[in-house]
Amino acid sequence: MNQASPAGRSPPCTSIQRSQRDILETQVLIIGGGITGVGLARDLALRGVHSVLVEKRDIAAGASGANHGLLHSGARYVRSDPSAAVECREESALLKRLAGHCIEDTGGLFVAVEGDDEAYVADFPSLCARCGIACKPLSAPEARELEPVLSERLIAAFQVADASVDPFHLCLDNLCEALELGSGVRLHTRVVGFEQDHGRIRGVRLINDETGEESTIAADLVVNAAGAWAREIAALAGVEMDLLYSKGSLLITDQRLTRRVINRLRPASDADILVPGGTVSILGTTAIRIDRLDQIVPTVAESDHIVDTAAAMVPSLSTTRYIRAYAGVRPLIGSRSLENGRALSRGFALLDHAVDGVENFISIVGGKLTTYRLMAEKTADLLCRRLGVERPCLTSVRALKSFPANRWTAAGLSPRLWMQANATGDLLLCECEMVPASVVDAVIQSIHDQGGPPSLYAIGRRSRVGKGTCQGAFCGLRINAYLYDQGRLEGRQGLTDLRSFLGARWRGMRPILWGTAMLQEELQEAVHCGYLGLELGGRL
Amino acid sequence: MSDSAPIGCDLCVIGSGMAGMCAALFAANQGLATVLVGRTGEIIFATGLLDLLGVHPPGAGTLWNDPWAGIDALVRDFPQHPYGKVSKNAIRAAFEELTGLFQSQGLPYTGFPERNAAVLTAVGTVKLTYRVPLTMWSGVAVRQRRGACLIVDIQGLKGFSARQIKANAAGGWSGLRTVKIVFPGANPEAEVFPERLARALETESVRASLAEVLKPHIQDAEAVGVPAILGVSKPTEVMQQLEKRLGCALFEIPTMPPGVTGMRMKEAFERGLAARQVGLLLEHKAFRAVVDPQSGFGIDVGRMEPERSIRAAAVVLATGRFMGGGLEADRHTVREPLFGLPVTQPEQREHWHREDFLDRRGHPVNRAGLEIDERFRPLGPAGQPAHPRLFAAGSILAHQDWIRTKCGSGLAMATAYAAAAAAASELKKG
Repeated sequence: MNQASPAGRSPPCTSIQRSQRDILETQVLIIGGGITGVGLARDLALRGVHSVLVEKRDIAAGASGANHGLLHSGARYVRSDPSAAVECREESALLKRLAGHCIEDTGGLFVAVEGDDEAYVADFPSLCARCGIACKPLSAPEARELEPVLSERLIAAFQVADASVDPFHLCLDNLCEALELGSGVRLHTRVVGFEQDHGRIRGVRLINDETGEESTIAADLVVNAAGAWAREIAALAGVEMDLLYSKGSLLITDQRLTRRVINRLRPASDADILVPGGTVSILGTTAIRIDRLDQIVPTVAESDHIVDTAAAMVPSLSTTRYIRAYAGVRPLIGSRSLENGRALSRGFALLDHAVDGVENFISIVGGKLTTYRLMAEKTADLLCRRLGVERPCLTSVRALKSFPANRWTAAGLSPRLWMQANATGDLLLCECEMVPASVVDAVIQSIHDQGGPPSLYAIGRRSRVGKGTCQGAFCGLRINAYLYDQGRLEGRQGLTDLRSFLGARWRGMRPILWGTAMLQEELQEAVHCGYLGLELGGRL
Repeated sequence: MSDSAPIGCDLCVIGSGMAGMCAALFAANQGLATVLVGRTGEIIFATGLLDLLGVHPPGAGTLWNDPWAGIDALVRDFPQHPYGKVSKNAIRAAFEELTGLFQSQGLPYTGFPERNAAVLTAVGTVKLTYRVPLTMWSGVAVRQRRGACLIVDIQGLKGFSARQIKANAAGGWSGLRTVKIVFPGANPEAEVFPERLARALETESVRASLAEVLKPHIQDAEAVGVPAILGVSKPTEVMQQLEKRLGCALFEIPTMPPGVTGMRMKEAFERGLAARQVGLLLEHKAFRAVVDPQSGFGIDVGRMEPERSIRAAAVVLATGRFMGGGLEADRHTVREPLFGLPVTQPEQREHWHREDFLDRRGHPVNRAGLEIDERFRPLGPAGQPAHPRLFAAGSILAHQDWIRTKCGSGLAMATAYAAAAAAASELKKG
């Protein structure tokens, strides 16, 4: 693109243009491109340990990209899990210093409304104090002055140090720093089996789902950081894992409703957190036990439940417009006898499968976004001991590097830079979120550096494309046309890609289709099906 | 509300989409004193193509080259479909009257006798439609014979890539080529908009410059395809004059809506209806309707708030679906807001939409809408016509999914024709 464009001077994600496919051996093979996996890759890289990360879909495609984006002060866990509360307090303070560019330090409120458990409210300050968590009591009018959308039926409010974090940006910067330090990554690459010999994994067999290409990587150690899919990976190595799945669904409003994170002050329950994220707010969640991982879809019933419940805290949530729902799954290590997913520890488990008869295989399961760095540190400590590497962890002292190509996930950034550059020639391909062609180019370059295909899905994960009110209906068409025009798409690949992108966006739209969203849906369907006939598969 | 005197008329048509515009036209042609009230209307999103029926049943995705045979199958399978309540002669008459109006306003249509034409879309898929603006016809012809063809796109025009069209349409069509040009006088670094290009092409000198830009690329092309930018009010003239300069056929491909094709229709309707003495209250919304079994209807209309009243002996409700405001949905139910008419709909929101957006069967809520009697009168809660002189037409009607069966224009025209005829006959009874 021309010089006068927001992304015009952005260097690519990594200057190291090594061919990822040529790396066939490594010290540590990491399975899973969520925050745990990329955090571990960076930690190891800073200690001089080589790793290759394999991810069957894309970065932050599981729970890491499907949560509130809440950086916990710890206050939420002061009663249920004080040690987790302390970890959150320490880690969130640390990340605000070292990864501040991925965080908006919004502050947070805990609020109770009429009918909430008053004993819980009364205990809250002392429980916070016990964990060293700052918590300032506010009168109801004071709280409503800070956040006018709060209910008039407020009975208590406390101010805490919660913040909002962009999990995509955080994941991508961790990955890019690891890559820059020489680590490897393979996206859209699935583990299909392990070559084992005398209780050791010698090689990890992989298949690239985009190209069908098969390969095997030899590794000294193999880390299973597959999140909810950890049980399936363990099973491939002949290891049984007791893992439960708790689905959590969330809703995104079309506007930002509060400046701060709003928590319902009561024992953890459904729909009790509202987190601002750039120009929107995110409301959730639910906790529904599922037994299959293809059930990670938000439902109509859940969205109604979330809206009805949260309206007690913020009444306008029952009339506001929602633009999307999404669902993630919490992998919970524990006994099958436990009924409620939330009662299980949110803490993480580091499982050394030597006891299961596979000596160089380790699983890291569970945990929270807020404590990802600590999980990575503990895991890397174990790996380094096993490798005989004596280097200290650096992630607690070294700032996370900021990569320009990764900043486009932030709402409001590309419009600001686009206006500053006055880049009229830089066509806005996504008009809702104002993402210009130069940003799409920069994002495609970073996808290329990570060895992935420049699909609408991958572009959407690394930018605001598809996240505005049109939910990809129009920007999907414009970007597809642009990609063809640039020679990046050929044959019918673009339409196939568009269908799958629209299908993915639809899963998030379906539960919130009422009110104004019905108009948008009707227009979208009239264009995609009425005019273009996309549902017919392009026959004739 | 201001105290200006109410507007009196025989028939008030509420809704300015295709169905509303058609109902006003047909009613005026029947000699009724007609007033049309409506907001911008969905017509600005129109591709310009007039569909009759393309697909049935949607689940199988069966395509019909003969739309009339398709309608037979549709009505056999879905007897409640609104097409089941209109004779084919009435549908033919509706097409005649509508294309007659368009012709008289400089927007001639053409098509194959009795069968659908296959039109290239902006992404290179192919759409079956019944009547095609003359400015798009050469595209149908050249595609049919897989003749040498050049597709042109324009630097700075978003959502239209000639290479994409070729990539998707080229199977078995080796003579398809593409070129990207800079529009004469346009800044190659800036975005261009279809309407401005179309208005520019109404000037002779711009046409001459465009022809000069295109000429070197034509080579063996028998036809040149461009995005729909060949003028707003006189597209046929613009096309023919450019063809003369180029020495080959020219055709348009509809752009992403809203585009010039919808504006042309809207303007042609407005001019044609005004010429027929239809009272046009465009950009007006009907806020409230009062029904009196004896004297008829009082309808409060205005731009942002009620400004004046219309007194009408009969009403055709053609307010469309959610975009048009004819239907509204909250989290629990779909309502008809103006008259509070019962809306046939799936029982729970869970069943409104299918899990896959592109599920060929279509979404059940898209078949929600008003029940009508044989004379296109919406039914009240008791299953009887809600009012003897209240009629309904267009996509607000239940038991149809115009998007998936590709019958939007035909449905609008046919039901508007039937509703207008029924209104005229009721009013003649006095």
